[in-house]
Amino acid sequence: MYHFTALTALVAPLDRANVDTDAIIPKQFLKSIKRSGFGPFAFDEWRYLDIGEPDMDCTHRPKNPDFSLNQPRYQGAKILLTRRNFGCGSSREHAPWALKDYGFDAVIAPSFADIFFNNSFKNGILPIVLSEEVIQQLFEEVDANEGYQLTIDLPSQSISTPSGQVIAFEVDAFRKHCLLNGLDDIGLTLQRAVEIKSYEDARKVSMPWMFNE
Amino acid sequence: MAGKTLYDKLWEQHVVSMDANGTALIYIDRQLVHEVTSPQAFEGLRIANRKPWRVSANAAVPDHNVPTTERSAGVESIEDPIARIQVQTLDNNAKEFGITEFKMNDIRQGIVHVVGPEQGLTLPGMTVVCGDSHTSTHGAMGALAFGIGTSEVEHVLATQCLLQKKMKNMRIRVEGKLQTGVGAKDVVLAIIGKIGTAGGTGYAIEFAGSVMRDMSVEGRMTVCNMAIEAGARAGMVAPDEKTIAYVQGRPFAPKGDIMTRAIAAWKELNSDDDAVFDAEVVLQGEEIEPQVSWGTSPELVIPVTGFVPDPEQETDAVRANSIRRALDYMGLKAGMAATDIPVDVVFIGSCTNSRIEDLRQAAAVVKGKKIASRIEMALVVPGSGLVKQQAEQEGLDVIFKDAGFEWREPGCSMCLAMNADRVPAGKHCASTSNRNFEGRQGAGGRTHLVSPAMAAAAAVAGHFVDVRTVMGGN
Ligand code: SF4
Repeated sequence: MYHFTALTALVAPLDRANVDTDAIIPKQFLKSIKRSGFGPFAFDEWRYLDIGEPDMDCTHRPKNPDFSLNQPRYQGAKILLTRRNFGCGSSREHAPWALKDYGFDAVIAPSFADIFFNNSFKNGILPIVLSEEVIQQLFEEVDANEGYQLTIDLPSQSISTPSGQVIAFEVDAFRKHCLLNGLDDIGLTLQRAVEIKSYEDARKVSMPWMFNE
Repeated sequence: MAGKTLYDKLWEQHVVSMDANGTALIYIDRQLVHEVTSPQAFEGLRIANRKPWRVSANAAVPDHNVPTTERSAGVESIEDPIARIQVQTLDNNAKEFGITEFKMNDIRQGIVHVVGPEQGLTLPGMTVVCGDSHTSTHGAMGALAFGIGTSEVEHVLATQCLLQKKMKNMRIRVEGKLQTGVGAKDVVLAIIGKIGTAGGTGYAIEFAGSVMRDMSVEGRMTVCNMAIEAGARAGMVAPDEKTIAYVQGRPFAPKGDIMTRAIAAWKELNSDDDAVFDAEVVLQGEEIEPQVSWGTSPELVIPVTGFVPDPEQETDAVRANSIRRALDYMGLKAGMAATDIPVDVVFIGSCTNSRIEDLRQAAAVVKGKKIASRIEMALVVPGSGLVKQQAEQEGLDVIFKDAGFEWREPGCSMCLAMNADRVPAGKHCASTSNRNFEGRQGAGGRTHLVSPAMAAAAAVAGHFVDVRTVMGGN
């Protein structure tokens, strides 16, 4: 499980709405049975000019100079700024694995697809929802200022801009608690094994067809 | 006190416990597993030295990576070594943990969302999960079914539970009647066109109204399948006599007295008359025309009688930008008629439209005809071995082959092109699948989402046509 408390980092813009999980990590890379190594293939079809295949060495592949993440000024970014409905499409956790492996610890957008939003927390990526207006403002500031950084503070649920503006954000209390403390979901749930067992036993009596196997 | 929605009832029946800020531990009745999103979950169990909580709640089937061409050698038939390892890993994990698996050459093998209901593994009133967003399909049975990520697959394996927050309730009513030639796929594409791909985000959608009541259980699966394309993790339809008839006699379905008790309980699974929904959308069945998606998001869809939109007339800048990008990727001109879009490849298959009724609808359109000379590839990929067998008994395979289609083995195939079935760059594909994202069916491939009847009609014409005019003569 991952920890997240505070982060001050470079912001990279991805000015597109509806960025889907197929774009975040194309399907040919889903054949891997591992959790790691997806970073070099994040946004593969937009990022490179050739067609990526698993196990490729990406260091010498031709890069698409028009793709924002390829610009020198955004190298080393840990915060991704993007548009509405980010992460739509499939349930593949390979998408947050790829973003995390690439180096992102937080994604800021006006909205996220539900499953992606969930998967992000489980992989130590903090998804932050801000209004369309604030997102627009941040896009403009990022564009105008090379080296633009934001500070994200999870305990106080706030983002600070270089000019000193403080922007509050919402986060679910349980997810915040897990991220701050680096807790393992499965371990936490197993502490409630007795409760689960008694629910299950009662259900076997009331709805036996659910256990007809 | 206001009544309860179907979703409220399903939710309440599964809450094991709830904490102060509304995060609930909910019990999962069924988990379906496929090869792509499970290896890391099983690996996690092994590393933590954990065992599955209730092995019999799980069932596994390989579908995404399996070849749809000759494959009698089983796993060895998979040429791509990386894909082969993944399918082999599923076989090994199922064996190691004792999970029922329908392997590649088992006649019951197929797309996980076709196999679940077909085997009676998915029942009304269940919570059903799978590491796959189209798990929403199973909601057609009156189940609470949704896709999860791999960490959650592991969580369900280990605890039989998930941590969830309750979603909001949305009801989409489709009233009236559908025109001849308009089917479940057109209904759901019209819904997505109306509410957008994020319209259902945060909601569980109940599909209701006379069109949904009149629709077959398989048609309801097509609609619920694409709830996720409307942004909703779960879509559902209240179970009725059709659902019960569908379940009866399936291999994993209850039998005898227990089935009688189950049926009594299933009859309670519907929204109360005074239930309150957080959002409600109404469509009129008569107004729905056959649909064709023209862009790179399922919401970029038009009626077959319509025209590709013009970004200059869009006032929302983000949306105008999306239209521009989509036109560019799809190689289309603003304002062109849907029926002027050429078709090079045809794909009839996927968990949206690969069941027997889908194949019958497509076969009825191509019967006695030939696919157009410009069509480079036309595939029919049945959703499961049993669907394939049924179709062959009805002679549908012969109809398709005579028309010039290839008749394949079951799997996901060209829906996401993880196996060898791909749409070549720049080519237009009339596809019965559910996603038209850039590169979804192959790098550079251009997907148009349509119903099986519309795909079949496009195959014959070499461009999109209004299937209602083709069917007029019948
Ligand atoms: S058929 Fe397509 S959408 Fe359905 S499970 Fe397979 S890949 Fe996913």
